[in-house]
Amino acid sequence: MFQPTPVDLRNRAREGLVRWLLLGLTLVIILPVLLILGVLAWKGTPALSLEFLFTEPREAMTAGGILPALVGTVWLVAVALLASVPVGVAAAVYLSEYAPDNALTRIINLAIMNLAGVPSIVHALFGVGAFVYFFRFGTSILAASLTLAVMSLPVIIVSTREALQAVPRAFREACWAMGATRWQTIRHVVLPNSVSGILTGVILEVAHTAGETAPIMFTGAAFFVPFLPEGIHDQTMALSLHLFIISTQVPGVPEPVPFAVALVLISLVMSMNAASIWVRTRLRRRKKW
Amino acid sequence: MSTQDRPSGSPGDAAAGPPDRRDLAWYVDMGVRVLVFAGGISAIVFIFGIFVFIGKEGLGFLTGPFRPGEFFGSTAWRPTSDYPTYGILALMAGTASVTGLAMLLAVPFSLGAAIYIAEFARGRTRETLKVLVELLAAVPSVVWGFVGLTVVNPAIISVFDVPVGLGVLNSGIILGLMATPIMTTLAEDALKAVPDTYREAAEAMGASRLQVVVRVVLPAARNGLVAAVLLGVGRGFGETMAVLMASGHSINVPTSVFDSVRALTATIAAELGETADGSDHYRALFTIGILLFVVTFAINLTADLFLRGRGRR
Repeated sequence: MFQPTPVDLRNRAREGLVRWLLLGLTLVIILPVLLILGVLAWKGTPALSLEFLFTEPREAMTAGGILPALVGTVWLVAVALLASVPVGVAAAVYLSEYAPDNALTRIINLAIMNLAGVPSIVHALFGVGAFVYFFRFGTSILAASLTLAVMSLPVIIVSTREALQAVPRAFREACWAMGATRWQTIRHVVLPNSVSGILTGVILEVAHTAGETAPIMFTGAAFFVPFLPEGIHDQTMALSLHLFIISTQVPGVPEPVPFAVALVLISLVMSMNAASIWVRTRLRRRKKW
Repeated sequence: MSTQDRPSGSPGDAAAGPPDRRDLAWYVDMGVRVLVFAGGISAIVFIFGIFVFIGKEGLGFLTGPFRPGEFFGSTAWRPTSDYPTYGILALMAGTASVTGLAMLLAVPFSLGAAIYIAEFARGRTRETLKVLVELLAAVPSVVWGFVGLTVVNPAIISVFDVPVGLGVLNSGIILGLMATPIMTTLAEDALKAVPDTYREAAEAMGASRLQVVVRVVLPAARNGLVAAVLLGVGRGFGETMAVLMASGHSINVPTSVFDSVRALTATIAAELGETADGSDHYRALFTIGILLFVVTFAINLTADLFLRGRGRR
C-alpha cells in the first residue's frame, strides 16, 4: 500500500537533484571567503612580524611597519562610536519604546532605510561639504569620524531596536504596574535585558567602520603622516586607506607588504565579527523567555 | 523612590482623578522623552543634511557650466582640460555594465543559497552557512578591491588569455560577491516570513518539498525577493573602492566584458582630492553625487514599497 508510485519516485529524484544544485550554489558564494582568507594568510604572513605592527613606515612606505595606520584606525573608529552609539541608541529607544504608529514614525523609518542605502562616496561628499568646510573642522580625525558616525548610525539604530524589541512586553507591563515611569522601566528593565543584543550590533558596526575607506579619504585620513595622532584635530593614516595607497599609488612596494596589510585589516574585522557572533550565540543560549 | 510616597487611596481620591505626579521622576521622564525624540529624528536630519550639503555644491554646477545634453549625452569627461567638458555618459555606462554583470552573476547564486538555507538546510548546517554568509559580508570593500587586483586580475589574464584583467568582468565578479550576502540574507528573511501553514497545507495535499517551494513558498515570498534583489542592486551601484581598484578606471563605453571602465562612484573617489573647494570640477563631482543619491533613494523607496506589499498580505 505504501509503495511509492512512479510520480513519487520522479518527484523524489527531482528534489534530490535540486537540493544538490542549491547546495552547489551556496558553496560557490561561500568558498570565496575561505579562498580570500587563505590567499591573504599565505602571501601576507612572510611580511608579518611584531616589528611590522609596531614601527612606522620608512623609505616612501616601501619598508617599515604600519603602526600609524593601525593607531589611526583605532582613533577613527573610537571617535566615530562616541558620536554614533549615544545618538543611535537614543533613536532606537524612541522608536521601540515611545514612537506612536503615525506618519512621523513612518518617515523616520524611511529615512533610516535610505541613510543605510546612501553610497559611501556620497557620505564622503557630505563629510567634505559639512564637516571639513562648513563646520571648519578641516581634514581631521573629528571630520572623518563624524562622517563615519553618520554612516553607521542607521545600522546601530536598527540593531539596537531589534535588541530592545526582543524584551517581552510583559516585563515592561510588570514594571509599569509597580508605578515606575517609562524611563525608569527602560533604565532598570529594558536596557539591562537587551544590553548584550545592543553590544552585538555595536561590535559588528565597529568591524564595518574599521574597514571603510571612501568616507575617510577626503575628510581626515592622509596618504602619509609620519607621526601618531595626538588629538581629534590631527590628520591620521588609516589601515584601509593605507592598503589602497600602497597597492595602487606607490611604486616599488615589495609584494608581501600589501598582503600583510590586508591580512591585518581583515583579521581585525573578522575577529570583531567572530566576537559579535559569539556574544549572540551565548545570549541566545542564556535567554529564558 | 518618590513613587512610593503616593498616598494610599481613599474613596475621595478616585473622584479627584489620578494624583498629581509631577515629582523628580516625572521631570526626568519628560527630559529623557525629549532627548530620545531628538535621537529619533536624527536620521531625518542627516538625510536632509546630506541632501542640502550635496545639493548646495551641486546647484553651483547646475546653474553654471551644466548643459543637460552634454552632461547626460556626451562621453567626454574632461574636467581638467582648458575647455572642460562634463559628459558622464561613459561613466554611467561603466556603472551600469559593472552593476548589471554583478547582478547577472549574483542573483541566481544568492536566491539559490537563500532557498537552500531557508527551506532545505537544517540545524547545525544551517547555522554554519548563515555565519559564513555573514563573514562574506564582513570583508571590507578595499580588501575586495585588493583581491580584484591581485587574485582575480591574474586569473582572468591566464584563463581568457587577455593582456589586462582589470575591467567589467573583474569588477562584476567582485561586486557580485559583495552584493551576495545582503541579497542572500534578505531573501532568506523573505522566505522565512512565509507562514508555515502555507507549507503544511501544500504538503497535506501531497506536494513534495520541491513542489512546496516552487509553487507555494516562492510565489508567496515574491515581493520580499524582489526587494532583496533591489537592495543588492543598490549596494552594487553605490560601491566605490572595489570598483575603483578592479575596473581599470579608464573612461570607456564598454563593448566587451574585458574592457576597462570607470564608474560614477570611482570618479568621485579618484578626483575629489585633486579639486579645489568651489571649483567647477569640485561642483561637478557633487552633481554626480546628487545623481547617486537620487538613484539609490529611488531604489530604496521601491524596495520599501515591495516590502510593505509583503506586510499587507
